[in-house]
Amino acid sequence: MEVKDIKIKGISYDEFKDNDSLEKYVEELRANGVGIITGVLDDIINWGRSNSLWPLTFATSCCGIEFMAVGAARYDFARFGFEVTRNSPRQADVIIVAGTIVDKMAPVLKRLYDQMAEPKYVIAMGSCAISGGPFCNSYCVVNGVDEFLPVDVYVPGCPPKPEALLYGMMQLQRKVKMERFMFKDKEVKENE
Amino acid sequence: MENIKELILAKVSDAVIEDKQYLTVTVKPEDLRTLAKMLRYDEGFDYLIQLTGVDYGDSLGVVYLLAKSEDMAVCIVIKTATADKENPTLPTVSDMWKAANWNEREVYDYFGVIFINHPDMRHLFLTERWKGYPLRKDYDAGRDVNPLDLKSYDMSDTTVSYVSEGDGIKKIEKNLFEEEDYVVNIGPQHPATHGVLHFRTALDGEIIKKIDANCGYIHRGVEKLCEGLTYPQSLHFTDRLDYLSAHIYRHGLCMCVEKAAGIEVPERAEVIRTIMDELQRIDSHLIAWSCMCQDMSALTAFIYGMRDREKILDIFEETGGGRLIQNYNVIGGVMADIHPNFVQRVKDFIPVMRKGLKEYHQLYTGNVIARERMIGVGVMSKETAIAYGVTGPAARASGVHCDLRKIAPYAAYDKVEFKEIIRMEGDSMARYMNRLDEIEESLHIIEQLIDNIPEGDFCAKTKAIIKLPEGEYFQRVEGGRGEWGVYILSKGDKTPYRMKFRSPCMTLVNAMDTISRGGKIADLITIGGSMDYIIPDIDR
Repeated sequence: MEVKDIKIKGISYDEFKDNDSLEKYVEELRANGVGIITGVLDDIINWGRSNSLWPLTFATSCCGIEFMAVGAARYDFARFGFEVTRNSPRQADVIIVAGTIVDKMAPVLKRLYDQMAEPKYVIAMGSCAISGGPFCNSYCVVNGVDEFLPVDVYVPGCPPKPEALLYGMMQLQRKVKMERFMFKDKEVKENE
Repeated sequence: MENIKELILAKVSDAVIEDKQYLTVTVKPEDLRTLAKMLRYDEGFDYLIQLTGVDYGDSLGVVYLLAKSEDMAVCIVIKTATADKENPTLPTVSDMWKAANWNEREVYDYFGVIFINHPDMRHLFLTERWKGYPLRKDYDAGRDVNPLDLKSYDMSDTTVSYVSEGDGIKKIEKNLFEEEDYVVNIGPQHPATHGVLHFRTALDGEIIKKIDANCGYIHRGVEKLCEGLTYPQSLHFTDRLDYLSAHIYRHGLCMCVEKAAGIEVPERAEVIRTIMDELQRIDSHLIAWSCMCQDMSALTAFIYGMRDREKILDIFEETGGGRLIQNYNVIGGVMADIHPNFVQRVKDFIPVMRKGLKEYHQLYTGNVIARERMIGVGVMSKETAIAYGVTGPAARASGVHCDLRKIAPYAAYDKVEFKEIIRMEGDSMARYMNRLDEIEESLHIIEQLIDNIPEGDFCAKTKAIIKLPEGEYFQRVEGGRGEWGVYILSKGDKTPYRMKFRSPCMTLVNAMDTISRGGKIADLITIGGSMDYIIPDIDR
């Protein structure tokens, strides 16, 4: 099965470097077959969802400033549908973990994630959120948020450049566009 | 200073006085308060700059760095230590310098030293369930001792105080809030706390009765990590403390190591560093201005500030390779020579920034709502600023003469002319205006230097392994938010025995309780914005 050519504001499929993991993801998803009507409905819903992913205002350290820069005039992620940052986790679709997570913060982050409504996504921004970064040998730093959160996209850098974060966010959009949305919960339950 | 030696010996006869970088007095714990009282009230050492805990191996000690508010360049160091490692106790000095309050809690966190008569002996950075004292040399950093716990926990509403009674020590439990207090939690995840800070605010209607600030949500253990790394390896941590003063902080640590190792820095590097420091200061003040305006719902101002800041970041990126964190200073000079476009770009930037400043004043400074929300709000008196050890633009807005670039010039600051911006009002407006005026002064400094960058090497040749001679070294620099300091205790190895960073933001947040009491809860955010603290700098 081939991945559909998923358009992100005029950037073609070949310009994205990581397509393999997406292809694998789609293969798994479609192994059971998708109905025509639900498939089309999925496409429509996902088009809407992927173009209105609202991030939570969440930053602990340096990466937060770059996150702010991406939100400001020059880079402006509103162009791609990230529109506004939400201050309440109840209204957010994606949490961008920008900065180091330490032992004292980890329960707070977990609670924030739990408070977000499904479907929700996690972007690990910067080397601290990916692996603990320069502080990985410390006595109280969590070595990567994937220890307790399901991370969708990793954006490396210390801190990543705004372009890198935009690329990472677009990758998340592509992922959302391919997802099964209709009857997703039902299927999961049946499999269980 | 000779006079002081005699006075100290007259008060405390067995004090050991040494002439080092600063005059260093070593006393027994029981004499500490006598000496401290004399220096504080008779000699006018009213600024507590640093308070550092040290594990000497056989004893646990504290190093105090004091300065005078009249002349911040005059410093004195007091040292004391207790040999009891099982139940270490030392007398508190928090009644003389309010700045000691949090610093002593930090020492309790790191080393388990209990300060007798301290009003609030709780953990500052670590949680109540933390086992062991991480900065002690015998601490086992293994994860099985303190595993990651994702369960939420309730914060205790009580605090303890240890009071000496007869021969023993009595533990007194106190409530933080009164029974009828209405307590609102602000943070740790809140868009207007400028990071992960947690205020527990007791309210009477909408009037603030008390603020209990909780830190440690981004405590990364940088000081402990530094003990395991060589000097060049530990440089990058300073960039990530206050990332908006990244270049200045790294400059400070480099200078400290250079002075200790006797490395001569080429003149070209000194001038480049100074220009970069000032660009960084403008960047930092721009973010402060943007975020403060955004906290008051002026989103346009935020966009404007971030727009002009990008031009500085472009200059940084071209020369240093990094936008936010440049990693540009190294021991002995700078990492690479300036880019051929550097001079022209900086020259182009100056008029743009001047125009921007005019625009900001038109856009926001004169705005009626902004003025109503800032003038007379969150007044910090000169006494409060000194007692809490507040420095930087916030203290200068309260009339404290504390610009280290003037008082103790380093790099090329003695070659340039600039004004120290001082205002007497001490309110949010004064702090706001101080930042914008300092941008103008920074531009003025850059103008004087940009055409006069001397030819020559940009970095001195250093040995592959840098070892510092045995001793203690201090270095103070003027960061974007106040005085940043580094203390290195070297035992002659290639790694420091103890490295401590003095955080300007810690003093700012420490003072928040005093200056916002009696104000309205809605103004708390404005006051916080005008103080402009960076949380990772506090927690380190």
